Amino acid sequence: MSVEIVLQTLLSGLLIGLVYALVAVGLTMIFGVMDIVNFAHGEFLMFGMYASFWLFSLYKLDPLFTLPLTALLLFALGAAVYQTVVRRIIHASMLSQIFTTFGLMILFRGIAQFLWKPDFRSIDNSLVSGAVRLGALQFGLPQIVAGAGAILATALIWWFLDRTRLGVALEATAADREAAQLMGIPVQRMFTIAWGIAAACAGIAGGLLSTFYPVFPEVGANFILIAFVVVALGGFGSVTGAFLAGIIVGLVEVVGGFLIGPQLKLALVLLLYLLVVLLRPQGLLGRA
Amino acid sequence: MSRRVLLSIAVLAAASAAPWVVSNPSRQNFLILAMMTAQLAVAWNILGGYAGQVSFGHAAFYGLGAYTSSVLLIQFGLSPWIGILAGGVLAMLFALLIGWPCFKLKGHYFAIATIAVAEIVQVIFTNWRAVGGAVGLYLPLREEGLKAFVFHASKLPYYYIALGLLVLTLLVSQTIERSFLGHYFRAIKDEPEAARSLGVNLTRYKLVAIAASSFLTAAGGTLYAQKELFIDPGSVMATSLSVKIALASILGGVGSLFGPVIGAGILTGIEEVTRQFFGGSGRGTDLILYGMIILAVAVYYPHGVIGGFKAWSQRRAARARSGSTG
Repeated sequence: MSVEIVLQTLLSGLLIGLVYALVAVGLTMIFGVMDIVNFAHGEFLMFGMYASFWLFSLYKLDPLFTLPLTALLLFALGAAVYQTVVRRIIHASMLSQIFTTFGLMILFRGIAQFLWKPDFRSIDNSLVSGAVRLGALQFGLPQIVAGAGAILATALIWWFLDRTRLGVALEATAADREAAQLMGIPVQRMFTIAWGIAAACAGIAGGLLSTFYPVFPEVGANFILIAFVVVALGGFGSVTGAFLAGIIVGLVEVVGGFLIGPQLKLALVLLLYLLVVLLRPQGLLGRA
Repeated sequence: MSRRVLLSIAVLAAASAAPWVVSNPSRQNFLILAMMTAQLAVAWNILGGYAGQVSFGHAAFYGLGAYTSSVLLIQFGLSPWIGILAGGVLAMLFALLIGWPCFKLKGHYFAIATIAVAEIVQVIFTNWRAVGGAVGLYLPLREEGLKAFVFHASKLPYYYIALGLLVLTLLVSQTIERSFLGHYFRAIKDEPEAARSLGVNLTRYKLVAIAASSFLTAAGGTLYAQKELFIDPGSVMATSLSVKIALASILGGVGSLFGPVIGAGILTGIEEVTRQFFGGSGRGTDLILYGMIILAVAVYYPHGVIGGFKAWSQRRAARARSGSTG
């Protein structure tokens, strides 16, 4: 096996891993702030892909430039979902919370099918298409842009949580809801913002993916399980953990797929997840 | 007590008569499906409801049951009646093997670990040539009869086998609920730390729960294989199936004996009705309705239909009391 193949495989894994990380960052944030696992997270990604697709095919706006708009639309959707549905089950049992987000997932898939039919669609000839050659290595430009975009978005989230007043308030709410409330932090508004940001992250990931991944109502299913694994591997609630875990999962998937066959790559990722949580139940960077 | 027995007999009689009232084969098929889903939901409830260990991986047990009896039949000509026991035992051993490490995990971590295990099993079976791989297994056509566990002319006998299996599962569930195990399970679910400090070996009782639950789920898998005479990983091991089993239980009300049966009836009914009236369009109207009903129940009846009914009858009783005194 030549050095080129090793490098090619590693970098491909890194690129897709970065996108996984971005999808998982939103999921882990919702979990960290309010202990809810959102089964409909993949559908936020799906709506992000459709936003990107329609803006491109109806208005000839390139997915690269519509990312901010997609993020904004998805932020609004996430916030609305929190205000209309999730707000009501925040004190309910884990079971009814799971049940609720699962219902949302089915509802969103149904809406997408109703509005846009179950067809596979793709964005052709966007600005980011073609391949980039680096010596003997070759990468798709869409994948490179997606990886870079995912890094940027994740960095932005990290900066927001760590360096802005609003972000710190959000982190405080995650650490201790009651104490945050006593300190005058409007907890309900924090929850709404968390859902907005989480959906926006998934939406951006969807927009980035739309240049090289088919768009269809059930596309979220291809990402939600990986996102769960990334979240649990990184430690529920840890953004940095999710980032690291996303990269690890991407690497394991691509390298493992290359070594033992692509049809087994999902099993490998899940096996890795099981090993990690069994040895370290709180995940890599989760709170014990 | 005697009232309960009478009620049980009445319900059982009604259930036995139901397929004679609806003669339409597709309606009868719906009844069989509802029965089978109910059995799975009751089996799930032993682990997920009583012991509080939420599993989204029960399709692995179901699939192991379906595959074991089918492979034994195809390869060795072994009767599915032996296969149903073999499948149950195999699924149980598998459940104990994975339960032992996974029960260290709590809440969401456990739930996602169960998805992971079941997905791994599905990937393995999809790539395992000897058991049909992604193509699946066709069961041989044999002469029908109860002994052969196969019926061609009418699917009705499957209804009674499903009903029998459901009654058996309910009996196991009730025996567990009323024995010391029931108390231990509730303690594990509600106060795990207190139970541990009192010397209850949490893992041991969780293993008892998963053993019973997985055995009965696998039996349901064999029934499915015999009824459909075709299985593949997508139909008997899919995570969507695991989720559906859990949903039926949650919809009806977890931790109660009959909640899962009611939930399964409602869930299968919703699926069937939405599919019949809106599914043909292929435009997702059935999904929209299905999702909205799940949402409405989850948000307004967090304790399932049984919980909602209990709350309602308590309110009514309270109103009657306050009415009689003042």
